[in-house]
Amino acid sequence: MLEIRDLTVEVAGKKILKDLTLNIERGEVHVLFGPNGCGKTTLLMTILGFPSYKIIHGRIIFKGVDITDLPTNERVKMGIGVAFQNPPRIRGVTLGDMVNIAQGRSEAIIDESVIALADKLNIPPEFLRRDVNLGFSGGEVKKSEMLQLMAQSPDFIMFDEPDSGVDVDNIELIGRIMCELLDRAKLPSRRERAGLIITHSGFIMRYIKADRAHVMLDGRIACSGMPDEITRNIMEEGFEKCVEKCSVQ
Amino acid sequence: MKGEEGTNRLRSLADISEDYMQDLLHAGIEPTERGRSGSFLLQDQSVIYSRTRYEGLELMSISDALKQHEWLNDYMWKVIPADMDQYTKDVMSCDTNGYFIRSKANAKVIVPVQACLFIASDKTEQKVHNIIIAEEDSELHIITGCSVARSITSALHLGVSEFYIKRGAKITFTMIHNWSGGVKVRPRSAVMIEDDGTLINNYILMTPVKSLQMYPTAYCTGKNAKASFQSIIYASDNARVDIGSRAVLIGERSRADITSRVVATDNGDVIARSEVIGEGSNSTGHIECHGLMLSDNAAITSIPELKATRKDIDLSHEAAIGRIAEDEILYLMARGLTEEEATSVIIRGFLNVDITGLPDALAQETKRMLNMSLEKLM
Repeated sequence: MLEIRDLTVEVAGKKILKDLTLNIERGEVHVLFGPNGCGKTTLLMTILGFPSYKIIHGRIIFKGVDITDLPTNERVKMGIGVAFQNPPRIRGVTLGDMVNIAQGRSEAIIDESVIALADKLNIPPEFLRRDVNLGFSGGEVKKSEMLQLMAQSPDFIMFDEPDSGVDVDNIELIGRIMCELLDRAKLPSRRERAGLIITHSGFIMRYIKADRAHVMLDGRIACSGMPDEITRNIMEEGFEKCVEKCSVQ
Repeated sequence: MKGEEGTNRLRSLADISEDYMQDLLHAGIEPTERGRSGSFLLQDQSVIYSRTRYEGLELMSISDALKQHEWLNDYMWKVIPADMDQYTKDVMSCDTNGYFIRSKANAKVIVPVQACLFIASDKTEQKVHNIIIAEEDSELHIITGCSVARSITSALHLGVSEFYIKRGAKITFTMIHNWSGGVKVRPRSAVMIEDDGTLINNYILMTPVKSLQMYPTAYCTGKNAKASFQSIIYASDNARVDIGSRAVLIGERSRADITSRVVATDNGDVIARSEVIGEGSNSTGHIECHGLMLSDNAAITSIPELKATRKDIDLSHEAAIGRIAEDEILYLMARGLTEEEATSVIIRGFLNVDITGLPDALAQETKRMLNMSLEKLM
């Protein structure tokens, strides 16, 4: 579904991603570990096509189409979705408005279908009338991102630190919604959607099973393998040790 | 006062010339009069329509009202001194007309009254004097639209409006200005609010104007008198706008809230003033003015002023002028909007002021009017 070939990316004149290659097939969920500042978020923002992430060389292929030069909204229309780690607050634009926008609807009404979606995340209808992210708690921000993704229903979804700043009660709920968004309840061969989860702590992996895990260090995929094994190594020995171990084997 | 009514009168508001229909609609005027308790239309200097459908409501031209009510002379030039400036002097000395709107004691006129001041002929100098009275414990909701025919290249509008809100009464006044680039506008408004009286004043300006200057003042003379001003201004083209709201808190525990949202684009130049003067014991007031700049050739000057004259007064203000944040645009693009669509959603959001205190239907109507103005814009 998503193919990234030899991608080198600069941000403000500084090389952040270096010849990065990654393939994610239909129905697969990949998890990307890595210390802060290694380039995980840069990879997501580059896949989204945000303008300050400058591609020096390499291509991004989505559903067989080269999207390297497409603007963000066209990539989104093709089926790419994202849950941001720290989305901006927008005064006067409500969560309900964002849900309508994500659904591609122009009307500014909150109807039964939107209320039903929100209910799945224990979001009360009156919360939909609040300005998006304005005064939201950490958990509310994540739930708002999940709600917008449910409304958008993308084929490929990126989650940037879905477990950061979320309390224990909400993390299980967020994990459950991620599983639903990524067809995890279906038989592997019936899964249509794919995902890429970025996590620093790995905490969210208790609630969603990935098919493959990668460790990113200094703008490169340093190690790839089975999620359980990689998670265990990172938890026990840290990122550097895990990479060392993988390269020895 | 001019007394030549009855000439060229319309039988129904819907009879207005097709050419002018759009100009009225854009000023929030409903030609079918559905959902209105009364309608008034002044074209250039003549009252061409005036009709009320509600018993507790009086609506007529000020010249007719002066003939009917001798006492009305006591309300003329009472909150606005005739010699305040050259424009009030001008209105005082000329033949003028305007509207008289009055809700009788205890009458709750929940359904809004609509009044339109319309300039149809080029080079018109429209001079009006309006009196609005809400008698004790009454409620009055007014939608006024000021508009010009599209063919106008140059005109002047001078409007003196005096409001009286008696004990326990409430007025909501929602005004839409739909001018064009050749019109010079000088409204002069003041409001007297007695004990437990409430004013909610909403002002919307979305179209270009040559030059507009106004600084309506609410005198909260009574105990618990409340005034709230909300202004939404989009200054485009070569608009020169100097606009403010002022509240003088004289009564004990009186309160004022002044909110403005200003967008300046093209060569628009806006001075957004606001002033709260606290004199009564335990009076409180808050000013919130936010500006959004969309052009390097535009300007916004924000001037909030607070004055307290006792130790038990609380006044505050917040003012900010900024730009559209890129991360907000990208966030909306990541949900599928183009850059242009995202920008328009953010500007709409910025201008979306929550107006409280209106009856449900009127609140929706106000929202609809704002949306209509915004749609015309983008």
